[in-house]
Amino acid sequence: MMPWQLRSLNWKRNKGTITLNGDKNMTSKTKQISGTPGGSGSFKKHSLLSEIAKNKTVYLLISPFFIIFVVFILFPVCYSLFVSFTKWDGIGEMEFVGLKQYAFLFKDKEFLKAFGNTIIIWLMSTIPMLAISFIVAFLLNSGAIKYPHIFKTVFFLPNVTSIVAIAIIFSTIFGNHYGILNFIISMFGGEPVAWLKEPRLLQFSIATLVMWRWMGYNAVIYLAGLQRIPQDLYEAAAIDGANMRTMFRKITMPLMNPIIIFTVITTTIGGLQIFAEAQMLVEGTSSRGGGGGAGGGGLTMVFYLYRLAFINNQYSYACAVSWALFVIIACLSLLSWILMRRKN
Amino acid sequence: MRITSKPWKIFIYLCLILLAVISIFPFYWLAVTSTLTSADVMRFPPVLTPGSMFAENVKSLVTTIRFGTSMLNTVFVAGTVTVSVAFFSSLAGFLFAKFKFPGKKILFGIVLLTMMIPTQMSMVPLFIIMNKLQWASTFKALIVPGMVNAFGIFWIRQYAEGAIHDDLLNAARIDGCGTFRLYTRIAFPMLLPAVSFLALFTFMNTWNDYLWPLIIISKPEKYTIQVALSQLNGAYYGINYGMIMAGTLLATLPLIIVFLIFSRHFMENISAGAIKD
Repeated sequence: MMPWQLRSLNWKRNKGTITLNGDKNMTSKTKQISGTPGGSGSFKKHSLLSEIAKNKTVYLLISPFFIIFVVFILFPVCYSLFVSFTKWDGIGEMEFVGLKQYAFLFKDKEFLKAFGNTIIIWLMSTIPMLAISFIVAFLLNSGAIKYPHIFKTVFFLPNVTSIVAIAIIFSTIFGNHYGILNFIISMFGGEPVAWLKEPRLLQFSIATLVMWRWMGYNAVIYLAGLQRIPQDLYEAAAIDGANMRTMFRKITMPLMNPIIIFTVITTTIGGLQIFAEAQMLVEGTSSRGGGGGAGGGGLTMVFYLYRLAFINNQYSYACAVSWALFVIIACLSLLSWILMRRKN
Repeated sequence: MRITSKPWKIFIYLCLILLAVISIFPFYWLAVTSTLTSADVMRFPPVLTPGSMFAENVKSLVTTIRFGTSMLNTVFVAGTVTVSVAFFSSLAGFLFAKFKFPGKKILFGIVLLTMMIPTQMSMVPLFIIMNKLQWASTFKALIVPGMVNAFGIFWIRQYAEGAIHDDLLNAARIDGCGTFRLYTRIAFPMLLPAVSFLALFTFMNTWNDYLWPLIIISKPEKYTIQVALSQLNGAYYGINYGMIMAGTLLATLPLIIVFLIFSRHFMENISAGAIKD
């Protein structure tokens, strides 16, 4: 569900808008009264309470979200913090151990490896993918293409397909002996490559899956951004003698910057939470039980978390890992945001 | 920028067609392999034309796993979640857009903040809680946490602000229309374009959801289609490819058809969400 989570970035710019409605008249009236000099605190309180009482239907109607939020997000997240300070296997007694789980995190070779794997897969997929997406959007917008909608639809199609299905299909494409990719390589006289058996190649395969699924999605977003750039800007620049490269650097890039930042941050958040691609490619090809595949190359952070909690029942350490994951995602999103802003 | 020179045009077409082939080929391969015997799937050089084993593969699929049950489970779960999200999120989004009430800013801030929390944060404790509630391996565990979501509220609020005129709401109010009726009679019909995208998006996401169902559902008769596929792949990888591929094709096809029907509307909304400022 990754790309939607950062919507608030856009929203913040929107905050200034004020809505007008029937209730507003009343609200402002009450505000005036309670705001008059000498209006005592208790009076203010009273008017606030009556305001709340007056709107009780509204509160009732928006309450489902907040009930679900408290029960299924807020409480679990707090509970997870609590559990991360204990030693617990889910059945026996909980033992308070303070920050020991977090201290172990830094010595845990498996976790550090999962962290490294995730970063490598994220970099291998994000950078080429966004570059290709941008070029595709640029070409679709160049006016050279007659039916851009057909191309858009084709490029977007992988995105509506489930990761499980994609991984099943790709595991036969990347197959070590009979895979199509190896067939193509052998057609050009090359040696078959063990795509899913070598840690780096396994990571490359996972990154390919990610790129294949999200290239079109990002291209569609970039295209919409490019289409919003007024044509007369380019025409004016052309009259001033600017060539295509200058136009691209001085008009296209600056105007596209907010959208590029948006895609970088959403792909960062999604990329760091990668799980199903890795787990599925690994499951089919090696021993079951979440081993992490060839040389552990497919062991991502969420995969590791999954293994800790649901295969090894190490609940308290898994909770500590999930908090670490949150901190890492927050830091890296912030970092890429800062880097992208500085560039311009 | 407009590109008009002929050689460039040809070059651009070639590039895009190559990428289109890469995007489409795995689907073609899926369709072809679902009609082959397992031996043919693994043949070298690969068989790239359809065979005649599709019915056979489907037959062994439905006798090996409860494929039909898993499909129905998924339709039920995704359908329920979709209806619920469409209703609760559009209601709350409308109220946040068009009503003024104490604490609105803070409450909406909470809605936005929840979008920042990765699902993995609550996964482990939620698993423990669900087990305590004895909700593990039930549809409740899949449906209830997803009944309303922050993105939906945000999405509808954004749309409602521009789409619904205050005069209309005021006029209806003077005629004695209550808050809930304002929503059902006036707001909901006007919000339909945004709600329909939200519904489509939610349905697809729930259909494709994998990690949470994998964790919480352990009874085969309650599997969603993604879990069923992954278990099938785990058990029969290298043994019966044709069957696995037939299952994957049948599980993927519904969403592809839905997407192709609504592709324009869907992609417009996807990009609108990203570039709105």
